[in-house]
Amino acid sequence: MPIVSVDELSRTYRVADRQPGLRGSVQHLLRRRHRDVVAVQGVSFAVEPGEIVGFLGPNGAGKTTTLKMLTGLIHPSSGSVQVAGWVPARRQPRFLEQITLVMGNKQQLIWDLPPLDSFRVNAAVYGIDDSEAKRRIHELADMLELGDELTRPVRKLSLGQRMKAELLAALLHRPAVLFLDEPTLGLDVNAQARVRDFLADYNRRYGATVLLTSHYMGDITALCPRVLLIHQGRLFYDGSLEELTTSLAPQREVRLELRHLANAEEFQGYGELESLQGHQVRLLIPREQLTQQVGELLSRFDVLDLEVSDPPVEELIGRLFRQGSVA
Amino acid sequence: MPMPRNRYWRSLGRFWATSLAAELEYQANMAIELLAVVGNLAGSLFVLALLYGRSSRLGGWSWDEALVVLGVYTLLDGLTSAVLQPNLSKIVSHVQNGTLDFVLLKPIDSQFWISTRSFSPWGLPGLVAGAGLILWAANQAGASWQASHVALTALLLASSAVILYSLWFLLAALSIWFVKVWNATEVLRYVLVAGRYPVSAYPVGLRTLFTLVLPVAFLTTVPAEAILGRVSASWALASLGVAAAALGLSRWFWQYALRYYTSASS
Repeated sequence: MPIVSVDELSRTYRVADRQPGLRGSVQHLLRRRHRDVVAVQGVSFAVEPGEIVGFLGPNGAGKTTTLKMLTGLIHPSSGSVQVAGWVPARRQPRFLEQITLVMGNKQQLIWDLPPLDSFRVNAAVYGIDDSEAKRRIHELADMLELGDELTRPVRKLSLGQRMKAELLAALLHRPAVLFLDEPTLGLDVNAQARVRDFLADYNRRYGATVLLTSHYMGDITALCPRVLLIHQGRLFYDGSLEELTTSLAPQREVRLELRHLANAEEFQGYGELESLQGHQVRLLIPREQLTQQVGELLSRFDVLDLEVSDPPVEELIGRLFRQGSVA
Repeated sequence: MPMPRNRYWRSLGRFWATSLAAELEYQANMAIELLAVVGNLAGSLFVLALLYGRSSRLGGWSWDEALVVLGVYTLLDGLTSAVLQPNLSKIVSHVQNGTLDFVLLKPIDSQFWISTRSFSPWGLPGLVAGAGLILWAANQAGASWQASHVALTALLLASSAVILYSLWFLLAALSIWFVKVWNATEVLRYVLVAGRYPVSAYPVGLRTLFTLVLPVAFLTTVPAEAILGRVSASWALASLGVAAAALGLSRWFWQYALRYYTSASS
């Protein structure tokens, strides 16, 4: 039984169509012209409890709009959404107690006060009694490696510390479904890794379902066994990251440096010979035959050096978005 | 296990405790706000004294009775500084920054959160001065202290606070559409200044305007009459009716506004 199910979800925005400059502004004031922009179109998917799913897509692809429809902040133009058995757009308290939204570019902590004060406000709002709240704060602070940061005003915290405190504030009510919109935005590499580790740990410990968007491929590769690729409002891939890279780049490149010169014929049966220059050989070998063939190559030739490479995922996906389809 | 306290009361306590803690970092504000309250009150008293210099009654109100009206006004102005202004002025920034999203995702009424999240101690001087002036002037004017009378007074004061709140909220909620609407609430605050004096002191035209269009009469004059023990049943009922309608309208309007809300970034 999926915890998130989305069926033919679409969202259209009506935006003002306005020419630049004063002239444009006056014209707009006198006669407003609008244009409909499709942000999300016919998206369907389902997520099982405990899954971690990443939304991938360029800016403006519709990731955030989808996330906001899942949390009930934006009403769908058409289609249906169910999260934890509820229709998000109704925003019933019982539903809201089961979800959370963390946005990397917005904060809910009180700026002038220590994070603990914000936690206490959230505890009251979510109806968590004080001793239980204290226990949970302690537990999450441990997992997040937060200590005396909790008693320092938020404005004095670093971006990384603040993000961790934001996460704590957002998770105090033990939501079953986490929606994370760019949770590592602007963080340095170390802080990003901490946040990732925490999310993986949290998912394991509480079995929470996690849906996240990120620009950083690292977040997705580290956390999400499954990705949803969204481009121009449409979902055009739903599956594992591995399968995606396999289907995008079914072969891997193997470079060999040989002690002795060899003929091109000698490489027949070892994938596709890309180039042979002196001692340098470049072969394209299908993934599924890689280990076996590399083993054979090593035993047959006197190999000085061997390198197996894969095009970076970013590059593959970038190419994919430019093509506009997986095929 | 003790009964869990009501979520709303507990939240309100935390809301106000945290805003007090945050505000107390800026102590100079207190002195300035005290000066403002004293200055305002002195100015109003001066104008009243000028008006009463010529005759001893103004629109049927004696000096002491008019002071009760001024007291109610000061009390409401204190309420504005303490709760209405600090909260409702933030709707705009919530909309601009997209932080309204956080409010809407809390399992608590969003209008409650938006309207009560902050409490500014700088409204306290006004609240204290207003209450003090009411007590003193009512005593001078020979008001009764019977329980039923005090209860009716409290009820009508509450009703005028509800009317004032609802008006502010309606205007502030417009910022869902028009981000610059904030000026409109400032205009409202200035119109309410008219409530410093008894409505009957104004010419007939303004009197009608202040009763029917802008409920200034219900904000200060009606509760003042209740304090002085001379409010008619029809005015009291009208005040409660206007309060209920205004509150209902504000709730309906908020739900309506939220349906149009799609946050600042898509």
